[in-house]
Amino acid sequence: MTVAAERRQGFLLLEDGTLFHGRLVAEAAPAVAEVVFTTNMSGYQEVFTDPSYRGQIVVMTAPMIGNYGVNDEDGESGGPQVSGIVVRDMSRSYSNWRGDRDLSSWLAEAGIPVLSDVDTRQLTRHLRSSGVMRGVIGVGHAATDDARAMLDACPSMIGLDLASVVSAKTEYSWGGPTASKHIVAYDFGIKRNILRLFESEGCRVTVVPSNTPPEAVLEREPDGVFLANGPGDPAAVTYAPATIRTIAQKGIPILGICLGHQLVGLSFGASTEKLPYGHRGGNHPVRELATGKVLITSQNHGFAVSGSEQGIPGAPELEVTHINLNDGTIEGMRHRELPVFCVQYHPEAAPGPHDARPLFSEFMTALGEG
Amino acid sequence: MPRRSDLHKILVIGSGPIVIGQAAEFDYSGTQAARALREEGYEVVLINSNPATIMTDGEIADRTYIEPVTPEYAELVIARERPDALLPTMGGQTALNVAMELSARGVLARYGVELIGAKARAIEVAEDRQEFAAAMQRIGLKVPQGRIAHSWEEAQSIAEFTGYPAIIRPSFTLGGSGGGIAYNREEYEDIVRRGLAASPSSQVLIERSLLGWKEFELEVMRDHADNVVIVCSIENFDPMGVHTGDSITVAPAMTLTDREYQIMRDAACAVIREIGVEAGGCNIQFAVNPLDGEMIVIEMNPRVSRSSALASKATGFPIARIGAKLAIGYRLDEIPNDITKTTPASFEPVLDYVVVKCPRFAFEKFAKASPILTTQMKSVGESMAIGRTFKEALQKGLRALEIGRAGWEIGARLADDRLSDDSIESLRGALSTPTPERIFQIKRAMIAGMSLDQIHEITAIDRWFLDQLLELIEAERWFAGLTAIEPDHVRQMKRLGFSDRQLAEFRGETEAAARERRWRMGIRPVYKMVDTCAGEFPSSTPYLYSSYDVENESPRTGRKSVIILGSGPNRIGQGVEFDYMCVRAVLALREQGYETIMINSNPETVSTDYDTSDKLYFEPLTLEDVLEIVHRERPLGVIVQLGGQTPLKLTKGLGEAGVTILGTSPESIDIAEDRKRFEAIARDLGIRQPDAGTATSVEDAADAAARIGYPVLVRPSYVLGGRAMQIVYDEPSLREYFETAARVSEERPVLIDRFLEDAFEADVDAVSDGETVVIGGVMQHIEDAGIHSGDSACVLPPYRIDESDIDAMKRHTVALAKALGVVGLINVQFAVKDGIVYVLEVNPRGSRTIPFVSKAIGVPLASVAARVMLGETLEDVGFTREIVPPFVSVKEAVFPFTKFREFDPLLGPEMRSTGEVMGISDSFGSAFAKAQLSADNALPLDGTIFITVNDGDKPTVTPIARRFHEMGFHLYATDGTARYLTRRGIPTRAIRKVHEGRPNGLDLLKNGDIQLLINTPLGKHAQFDDYQLRQAAIGQRVSYTTTMSAASAACDAILSLRSRAASVRSLQEWHEMVREEGLAQEQL
Repeated sequence: MTVAAERRQGFLLLEDGTLFHGRLVAEAAPAVAEVVFTTNMSGYQEVFTDPSYRGQIVVMTAPMIGNYGVNDEDGESGGPQVSGIVVRDMSRSYSNWRGDRDLSSWLAEAGIPVLSDVDTRQLTRHLRSSGVMRGVIGVGHAATDDARAMLDACPSMIGLDLASVVSAKTEYSWGGPTASKHIVAYDFGIKRNILRLFESEGCRVTVVPSNTPPEAVLEREPDGVFLANGPGDPAAVTYAPATIRTIAQKGIPILGICLGHQLVGLSFGASTEKLPYGHRGGNHPVRELATGKVLITSQNHGFAVSGSEQGIPGAPELEVTHINLNDGTIEGMRHRELPVFCVQYHPEAAPGPHDARPLFSEFMTALGEG
Repeated sequence: MPRRSDLHKILVIGSGPIVIGQAAEFDYSGTQAARALREEGYEVVLINSNPATIMTDGEIADRTYIEPVTPEYAELVIARERPDALLPTMGGQTALNVAMELSARGVLARYGVELIGAKARAIEVAEDRQEFAAAMQRIGLKVPQGRIAHSWEEAQSIAEFTGYPAIIRPSFTLGGSGGGIAYNREEYEDIVRRGLAASPSSQVLIERSLLGWKEFELEVMRDHADNVVIVCSIENFDPMGVHTGDSITVAPAMTLTDREYQIMRDAACAVIREIGVEAGGCNIQFAVNPLDGEMIVIEMNPRVSRSSALASKATGFPIARIGAKLAIGYRLDEIPNDITKTTPASFEPVLDYVVVKCPRFAFEKFAKASPILTTQMKSVGESMAIGRTFKEALQKGLRALEIGRAGWEIGARLADDRLSDDSIESLRGALSTPTPERIFQIKRAMIAGMSLDQIHEITAIDRWFLDQLLELIEAERWFAGLTAIEPDHVRQMKRLGFSDRQLAEFRGETEAAARERRWRMGIRPVYKMVDTCAGEFPSSTPYLYSSYDVENESPRTGRKSVIILGSGPNRIGQGVEFDYMCVRAVLALREQGYETIMINSNPETVSTDYDTSDKLYFEPLTLEDVLEIVHRERPLGVIVQLGGQTPLKLTKGLGEAGVTILGTSPESIDIAEDRKRFEAIARDLGIRQPDAGTATSVEDAADAAARIGYPVLVRPSYVLGGRAMQIVYDEPSLREYFETAARVSEERPVLIDRFLEDAFEADVDAVSDGETVVIGGVMQHIEDAGIHSGDSACVLPPYRIDESDIDAMKRHTVALAKALGVVGLINVQFAVKDGIVYVLEVNPRGSRTIPFVSKAIGVPLASVAARVMLGETLEDVGFTREIVPPFVSVKEAVFPFTKFREFDPLLGPEMRSTGEVMGISDSFGSAFAKAQLSADNALPLDGTIFITVNDGDKPTVTPIARRFHEMGFHLYATDGTARYLTRRGIPTRAIRKVHEGRPNGLDLLKNGDIQLLINTPLGKHAQFDDYQLRQAAIGQRVSYTTTMSAASAACDAILSLRSRAASVRSLQEWHEMVREEGLAQEQL
């Protein structure tokens, strides 16, 4: 019998004490992490495999999840990265010509707990008004002392360097060896679609660990350097700014996305801050200040570079190129003299709209000039 | 960029009457557009012939022309008003076609009118199949492998290329009108020829069949700075082959991965750019091969549409409103999102719920019409439901259809599901052909043990959807097998969308008992907000839907509130008129300071616009759903008398549950419906009724009919729109009626009335505050007795009724309103025969004529009624005296006969019209002519008339024929009639009847030699002849009348058309005349 009533009761306990009831889709160990919500309507596989979601329990506002299963092609990394998932309705079956298997068993195999039948809208509204916070997914109807203990032991996201955790430990390459351009990508939690897009732009990418010294990169004489997206607090990736400054000052074109963007900011004197509930979804309007054009962008970040359209305190060398139309936060910057560009949103999408994809070809142009 | 300051006056074209494929959604979009433009300070001029719309109410536009939506009349309006711009994208295909014609004729250039929203070139490319295919090729998108035919000869060679089945789509037609799927050569020829005739450009596109492919739609908007957003994705439950208007559809798309969705999104952005919609919206349809994901662009509509109305309601993103703002120069990022107020409109709505739209059909009205669903739209209305899951939304959507299903449940009888038996074989056969009942046949198939894969193979419906359905069946079985019901069990079932009635059936209980138990358990729905952003931003717009979830977002405000029950899905007999009344009531009560709460399930309406009422509950109109909202809101009361039968049917249940019904009491409503009790009242008042009886068996009926005397009018009790009502001339026909049209039993009594042959009929609408009754208007029907009042043309004020009879009708109306204790609206239907006034029917509620009367007299009667229902007197409201306007208003009905081609277009006591138009002028002839033109029955100014009438009508037709002869028309008639007329000095040429050989009348019609057909039924033996003639007239778009009185009116109209140039005048000017007349009367 698949009626939800027959399934095992579970809960999500938030650090402010709010308790949400649901059903556990499969057996899994309790999970504790920061609870965030994303409004992406499609692309759950990409979300769950995005390393930027490391250390987070993701609430899907889209109510029906699992409908098209999972496949071999749409992963953004080697497997699920999230700590836990909260949904309203988990589909027991799937249908899609590319679907290889069902979402539930795939997650269960990875040991990721899924709490279903939750009033996810209530939860989302709660996180929106109270801010994201830590939470624990546990078994049973009422919160247990164990769960509370786990919650208390869970570190805050602020000050947490997760990029170093998810980064590749050894370098690897992506794309054909004969490609005309060579990019070195710092892996803070890189999404595969970024690599796919570089490849389609005719690039060979060497992905290096996040703590690779700049000299090791410069030695390779890359055409450009890429600073990847990734999880955690940018300010905690303390070794990155010096590296980035060193490379930038050599005049090598640099592109940063998401965490990479925040690190560029830190490198040139800006500070970062934690947003109350972040930007996660595929519908965020961003204005390109140079043209006035509005891009509908894919986003996934809890931290942002402090500042506004008027400027970036502490970083006079940087200028704002993009802003978010919902809340006015900084969405893109460039260095006034050096070929350094970065965006807070995800031009590689996956999941999300492709409006910002031309950024990759723009970066290629910069490589040509460099 | 701010709004354009070079424009001052903007013309908006409406969509005209409600027809299949073009319904009330354009009232919604037109109203939104007009409001959006006026709030920017523009002067708005409007043309629309449909009086039953909010958009044509005097205060929506600065100048409102209730005139035919044709290039000629639009030109007259342009010449008179000199607008700077024309917004053609708000009135469906009709408006677009008129705008294109105005552009082609050079009218726009001559008067310096700019097309805004979509340029002529963009419209051309989108609408012309060949140009569209070329455009798609340029941007690397596939279109169905189709080719254009301009003739049958060309089509023949194309068929060799496409093979069968082949899809035929005529260019520039509405709702796929004239198109279809051909499975063999014979059907192919038939459909191609029909399509060529239907297309204004004599073009059809012939495509390879994509039957069984998945079908999707995207709603896209673009501003002049080239910013593009996708408002909504829609996935069709029914795969390709069923018109999207006839499909169950789901938003957002359910079975697309992000990769596939983004490919589609990229394609949509490319399409709107390539077609060149510069500032506005469009709808793009895609087909996707379920085996490999191959994607094909089916079509694109460069305007607001039924789908965009649905998408607006599904997301909270007001496409028409935003479209109007884009058309006048704003960019998307300059327009605020109305719902959140804090974020801009340049974003893409995200849904944290699932929306299901279910089509509503009217095949029971068109017995001969094929119920098979194809690429030509046949549904007449739709319900929309919102739930947190597909399962919940589907069950709500199906019960919101008001077709007797409490959710996804099989019919009581096999026939209800269009089945003769439920063997696997017969189910397989049924499932292979899409019909309105297929969704229920699927359930029977699952119950009978057919596997999901088998059902998928036959129907091509996606397995995911089928498995969702299977989950519902499993849940039913689980619930039915429980030994004891725990609260959690009930909660789980409610979360799957099951209604109390369904739960009761699973357990063999009554609905009341199931509800009682649920309430005892404290299980109630909560209400969630539709906020465009899935909760990411705060929102205070109370657009709500129910779900059995945890958090409620609909707090009571503490203000004095009133619930107005809407009219549910459009259907024949209950259309936009009722929505009009509900909206008027809402507006009036808002103004009086009440908190207005609207409940409705119809996405095609103004009432379900989130800013019409203070609070909108998008919910099915069932007792359960309404009681839950009442429980939550605790209103002063509920208004049931404006939404037609839908709310009326709930009155009893609401009353029993202790809910206050505002206005006329449930008791009075019941008396009016109860023959015996009503007869007693009429007798007491000395008001005559036709002899009548009630029968509970066939024998009973025969006895009653014999006593009353034939002809009699028979019909089941408690029906809407004259459902299954027939005039029966003898006993064998009566017995046949019970075999074919209606059942009779103790539970289902049949009403039998004497039929007043050759009587003429009138409708009176009035409003009462319980003390005073004021007549709204007296409308004389043009058609004789026996034609349903909703199908008859009518005229206000009456033009050929004795004053004394009119006075008697008014007196009777006042007396009946008082006797019934009416507070609010009342409608009385009268027949006058041999100087005696009979009451045929009394409806103590708002009738479908209210919008027409309101426009004719310049008083919004539904607003007056709403205020009276809340305790004001007519004196307080300022409506104390009948207004007889110093001009003539004619209402004409509009029929779906071109869609149901198998159907005989004869009028009868069963209502079949889908919409109405209004003609206003200073003479009857001219007003009638305008109404005919608006109803797409343009009368000829000269030419040849073919008369074929039954013997009884010969004397009546004589003076009419004489007048036509005197005007210079050539007359043809069948042999007998020709001799009869010629003998009376009217030269008439004889022509053979169809069965008499050739050439005959049918040949003349088909050759285009006839400009007007006057045909009354010749009796049974000639039925087929007549039918063919009328069919040919419709096919050839020849004007026709099927009653003598209409022929006479047509004669008046043609005389008027010939004697004076066409002219237009705005509703505001007409109403000014009413005011002046009123003042003059007061001074007397």
